[in-house]
Amino acid sequence: MPRITVTVDGVTYEEDVEPRVLLVHLLRERLGKTGTPVGCDTSNCGACTVLLDGKSVKSCSVLAVQADGCDVVTIEGLGTSGSMHPMQQAFHEEHALQCGYCTPGMVMAAIDLLRENPDPSEETIRQGLEGNLCRCTGYCNIVRAVRRGAQEMGQAVTRS
Amino acid sequence: MIPAQFDYERPASLAEACQALAEDDEAKVLAGGQSLLPLLRLRLAYPTKLVDVGRLDELKGVHDRGDHVFIGAMATHDEVLRAPAVASGCPLVAMATAHVADPAIRHRGTFGGSLAHADPAGDLPAVVLALDGVLVARSAQGEREIPAADFFVDYLESSLAQGEILAGVRIPKPGEGWGFHYEKFHRTAQAWAIVGVAAAVRRSNGAITEARLGLTNMGATPLRAHATEAALRGVELGDAVRQACEQAADGTSPPSDLHAQPDYRRHLARVLTHRAVRTAAGSP
Repeated sequence: MPRITVTVDGVTYEEDVEPRVLLVHLLRERLGKTGTPVGCDTSNCGACTVLLDGKSVKSCSVLAVQADGCDVVTIEGLGTSGSMHPMQQAFHEEHALQCGYCTPGMVMAAIDLLRENPDPSEETIRQGLEGNLCRCTGYCNIVRAVRRGAQEMGQAVTRS
Repeated sequence: MIPAQFDYERPASLAEACQALAEDDEAKVLAGGQSLLPLLRLRLAYPTKLVDVGRLDELKGVHDRGDHVFIGAMATHDEVLRAPAVASGCPLVAMATAHVADPAIRHRGTFGGSLAHADPAGDLPAVVLALDGVLVARSAQGEREIPAADFFVDYLESSLAQGEILAGVRIPKPGEGWGFHYEKFHRTAQAWAIVGVAAAVRRSNGAITEARLGLTNMGATPLRAHATEAALRGVELGDAVRQACEQAADGTSPPSDLHAQPDYRRHLARVLTHRAVRTAAGSP
């Protein structure tokens, strides 16, 4: 069984994994990172989005062995319950969720979008989140939240 | 669903990867995995072994090579979209790549993987076919060059032999006067094309001198719209272009699925070809 080394939310793990284990299953079942949900079986929904070496990926479409030597950030690595990441806070403030199932993926995809586009237009946000499905909100509040999160994150950068 | 069991190898070189593939008839190449892993999850494929070539530097990068652009098979869609050599030397590739799936999938999915997967509903096969790309395959026997017209054999079937790995693709640079457009019709943002049209059109003095048209999802393989290409030669922009595009579905055998029946796809091919040609010719 292959042995992999993977850093998740700042902690390095060495794990023996069957080749068929998906990254999302490693995160949830082995490492207890249940903040990352499995939404679909078709790579469509984006609920399981995490950052792999800084870029958004759907963790249901990556084998754990492919993440060997990589750095993974999940929704659990962004903030704490007392101190949320500005994007999490913005989703909270703007009521950008109802059932919440898509939210971890939405937040990770939004952070990925801002990596290169710190002040995105509504159109850019809608394009950037095209791989993330929400069946509750109709997206309007999500787009608002990403705009707000972008502003907060921009101000955080300016302050620091 | 969890995929069925398989072995996994991550060879250190392309030569070792070719060897690993040649040893096992049921082994499959793993590139970015964005097409293969969904198939494995749905248990539509049961390879005995995956040979992971995703980290081989030999297969990476986009290179400007004078008269052509060489796109390494493991260049991700995201890298292709950012490559200056693609923007200047084969902009049609960038136009279509922007339509492939969504950002997260474009971070993992590869140019070569999309072609070797040979899905006629994929956006890139029709583009490489329209641009007369040459696919370069490596095996223990050496290198083999496969013109795009000979590469796509059947539904999800390329002319790569077991033990052969796609190393990259040569896309000839256009000369003067060419314009490009990729027109995709789909129901939802990240979906496959119901029909897509890749158009490269050369204009001179207000008339079309040459057109190369690739059709997505109009048969078991990507297809060229040969009849329309011939009919467009020497045609002035205007109603004659529309008439030429009426032949866009000639010789196709479009599939029937929950999105569309064949007659609707033929209709789409005619309409979308007209749009793509007009836009490529600079008169939308």
